[in-house]
Amino acid sequence: MILTKTRTLVANYSNLQVKAGYSVKIDDNEIALFKVSNGNVFAIENRSPHPKGGVLTEGLVSGEFVFCPVYDWKISLADGKVQAPDEGKVKTYQVEVEGNNVYIII
Amino acid sequence: MKKLVMIGNGMAGVRTIEEILKLSPDQFEITIFGQEPHPNYNRIKLSNILQGDTSFEEIIINPLDWYKENKIQLFTGEAVTRIDIEAKKVISDQGREVEYDELIIATGSNSFILPIPGADKLGVTGFRDINDCEMMIKSANQYKKAVVIGGGLLGLEAARGLLNLGMKVDVVHLMPSLMERQLDPIASSLLKAELESQGMNFLMEKETVEIIGDERVAGLRFKDGTFARADLVVMAIGIKSNTSVAKDSGIYVNRGIVVNDYMETSAPNVYAVGECAEHREIVYGLVAPLYEQGRILAERICGIEAAPYKGSVTGTQLKVAGVDLYSAGEIFEDGTTKSIMVYNEYEGIYKRVLVRNNRIVGIVLYGDTKDSTRLFRMLSKKEDITGVAIFESQCSAEGGSGDIASMPNDELVCGCNGVTKGAIVEAIKTQGLTTLDQVSHCTNAGRSCGRCKPMVNDILAYTLGDQFDAAAAQKTSICGCTTISREELIAEIKEKGLTSVKEVMNVLEWNNEEGCTKCRPAINYYLGMIHMDEYKDDRDSRLVNEKMHANIQKDGTYSVVPRMYGGVTTAADLKKIAEVAQKYEVPLVKLTGGQRIGLFGVKREDLPSMWKELDMPSGYAYGKTLRTVKTCVGAQFCRYGTQDSMALGIELEKKFERLDTPHKVKMGVSACPRNCSEAGIKDIGFVGIDGGWEIYVAGNGGVDLRAGDLLATVKTEAEVMEMTGAYLQYYRETANYLERTSKWVERVGLEHVKEVLANEEKRKALNERMNQTLKKYIEPWNEAIESENIKEKYYAVHTVKAGE
Ligand code: SRM
Ligand SMILES: Cc1cc2nc3c(=O)[nH]c(=O)nc-3n(C[C@H](O)[C@H](O)[C@H](O)COP(=O)(O)OP(=O)(O)OC[C@H]3O[C@@H](n4cnc5c(N)ncnc54)[C@H](O)[C@@H]3O)c2cc1C
Ligand code: SF4
Ligand code: FES
Repeated sequence: MILTKTRTLVANYSNLQVKAGYSVKIDDNEIALFKVSNGNVFAIENRSPHPKGGVLTEGLVSGEFVFCPVYDWKISLADGKVQAPDEGKVKTYQVEVEGNNVYIII
Repeated sequence: MKKLVMIGNGMAGVRTIEEILKLSPDQFEITIFGQEPHPNYNRIKLSNILQGDTSFEEIIINPLDWYKENKIQLFTGEAVTRIDIEAKKVISDQGREVEYDELIIATGSNSFILPIPGADKLGVTGFRDINDCEMMIKSANQYKKAVVIGGGLLGLEAARGLLNLGMKVDVVHLMPSLMERQLDPIASSLLKAELESQGMNFLMEKETVEIIGDERVAGLRFKDGTFARADLVVMAIGIKSNTSVAKDSGIYVNRGIVVNDYMETSAPNVYAVGECAEHREIVYGLVAPLYEQGRILAERICGIEAAPYKGSVTGTQLKVAGVDLYSAGEIFEDGTTKSIMVYNEYEGIYKRVLVRNNRIVGIVLYGDTKDSTRLFRMLSKKEDITGVAIFESQCSAEGGSGDIASMPNDELVCGCNGVTKGAIVEAIKTQGLTTLDQVSHCTNAGRSCGRCKPMVNDILAYTLGDQFDAAAAQKTSICGCTTISREELIAEIKEKGLTSVKEVMNVLEWNNEEGCTKCRPAINYYLGMIHMDEYKDDRDSRLVNEKMHANIQKDGTYSVVPRMYGGVTTAADLKKIAEVAQKYEVPLVKLTGGQRIGLFGVKREDLPSMWKELDMPSGYAYGKTLRTVKTCVGAQFCRYGTQDSMALGIELEKKFERLDTPHKVKMGVSACPRNCSEAGIKDIGFVGIDGGWEIYVAGNGGVDLRAGDLLATVKTEAEVMEMTGAYLQYYRETANYLERTSKWVERVGLEHVKEVLANEEKRKALNERMNQTLKKYIEPWNEAIESENIKEKYYAVHTVKAGE
């Protein structure tokens, strides 16, 4: 099977607000985009790995982590890992910033 | 630097490392392997987690930052499988090899699982780690019936926890009486009666021979042919030392890893400490002796001339609410012992001390354990008791003198950590300690089971004398990002003139630069409270509901609850609500418990336009603020009504809506004592009487149901408003963030609040600050509708096609 990757323009870098989630839907993928204090942009699946689910865009952002707004799990934006004492992982997406364009590679 | 490696990241091991760091912080390069995927936590408190009193986060003893600060290399979720004694290195299950100069084995123990058929079925567990605990909590969500095998300490604590989780619980015990190794038959039967009244069912003298069921357990079969149903089986019959790594590597093992008086094993430079170690043929299963071992091992490893470890006498307590029990030393009479006994069957108090040759050799206390520390000192020091009154506090459940002054300096206060009164007093004096937290930090007292905390607090009060501030002493840091307490935070904000959340975290050197979900909302609240009208709220430091001005639901949709002042509405408003509900296909329209209408299951992106079409103010059903003011119909219509309850309710709601408070605030106004608005269980409740109003405070209808207390009786509505403003402002200024009024009043005392509010000057000043604060609020739904920026930042969803 040949895997092709697509690059999708999802946002305008300067429009992204620091420490706030930006929700994007690419086809059926619900994605949460975060610009953190140091200017980096991360994209993760917009769904908490908690067994009862929940969205992530509205969570509190601290450094390169977001706290799940529904169950307060602390999740790394960089690698999607849920921090101890909880366990789990969310899908992360590759992000490219070119000039003012923010792309997600799927 | 010498390389120190430790296998096992548990209570005894990490304590040993703490002792080593204290003695000699730079002597070793330290590596720790822990099989569990967590930092070191307080295993003792697993019982409290199961009983619902605490959370996992709160029982972590050494957070990951501690390892970092002390430059300890920590591998969690990784077990050591072999020790190469010749090459002086350990090998882990992930193939990692680490060399050592000194090696500590601190692998603890495992639950003993009965070797009977069916013991491997789903739903059968021991009670040893957080995993077991979570499994039990999960089971309790789905299943109803639990059986605990073992009527000892662990078993009874597990059973109590499972009861709290709503399960029906049988406790199976092999012997005719509970905790037979710690209690005599009288104490044991008192205990059994108490636990039965709490809802435990005992199956005594039963030997389990088989666990039955398909994949999951369905029941147990006993030797006498009887049977008990079970969806969950907890085995709490004992522990066995975890010695496999040592044994496989050729180290001498008997019941535990055999060590000498310096915790040295049969292999050179290899030590063992904790429940995995066997010293003079004893394996200890309580932290007090293990911490003593740790201290001696630390001295040995650091090359300090150490006194040998000679073994310990231990005392036992049970952590079950409503049971006060203590036991130490011998239990049974033999020809050479005599008993001193007090038995008050009526109050459920029983105390017995066993004496041999004028010395105490055994203690059993039930129902009143105040004498435990004193008696235990006499026992362990082998004091001659001729002419000494054994039970100071005679037979009554009333708190005795608790006389700290007369307590000798060498009396043990914290049994778990071996800390005496003298050591605590000295630490307080020499290091200027003022809070319980600080005392625990410096002396270790109270860091394990926590039973000694009240006494440590008394010692603090006694030592500080006039300088003791009871409220301040209880203070703990606001979260793991800092060591600062609420009081210190508020003082610093005022003193240094800090004006933003970011500045607070920066200037006060938060160890986590951007804070967490505990501290950020709290700082934001305190700043707004202190700076009144000039503070710019930090919306991104609020949690989801307050940030979105709507309550998030389990599937990520929201609820919309508009204001309906005093529960009074109009046909026109009802029509508008109906139309909006229809147009946006709202899945649920419901009358809330707060006398208004809620629209549930709304999509995030629909919120602003729905608000616009409703054109009603937000009801703040999601906020730490005034929620609802429930009213009864009152004198306008009701034949019993003496006052206009609806009018007062509406006035109150209009005045105080949107105000930030430490937790949510609810009010109720009834026009007569029949109290149809349930004002007696509201944060503030008003009850009309002939010629005036009664004001009740600190009621709560939630988790801890509490009836309100009468704060004052006043004559006019103007006085009601004045009193309420002052009361609410005093709550805003002195409560901890997330402390509801009921808890706050219990903490600071109703009399104290009354005293403050009786003072007219103070009332006036409080109202002035309240009124200044109230000026700053703007209606949030309207603000969102009018601001493109807010709409884009919080409510927009962006849909794109791949590749576009
Ligand atoms: C909507 C409503 C239930 C209903 O269908 O009637 C409700 C719904 C929620 N309540 Fe409640 N409570 C509602 C009346 C009550 C009442 C009754 C009352 O106010 O008269 C109580 C007991 C009275 C009291 O608070 O003293 C009540 C005690 C709680 C508690 C426990 C508070 C406590 O101190 O013990 C919580 C949990 C919390 O706040 O931490 C809670 C929390 C919640 C939350 C916000 C949980 C959450 O964070 O998601 C629920 C939001 C559901 C949603 O999807 O929007 N709710 N809740 C009621 C809204 C009233 C309103 O119009 O604003
Ligand atoms: C529910 C409960 C309630 C309790 N209540 C009390 C009480 O009220 N009072 C009291 O004094 N005591 C109490 N205890 C006992 C107390 O918790 C223990 O005595 C104490 O934790 C023992 O410390 P330890 O370091 O020897 O073992 P542990 O704390 O068990 O630590 C050992 C650690 O080593 C790890 N490990 C094992 N093998 C390996 C390996 N090969 N490689 C890497 N890591 C490994 C384990 O995973 C574990 O994390 C209670 C225990 C439980 C379970
Ligand atoms: S509380 Fe009094 S006034 Fe209100 S409805 Fe009941 S009886 Fe009537
Ligand atoms: S007695 Fe257990 S912590 Fe002090």
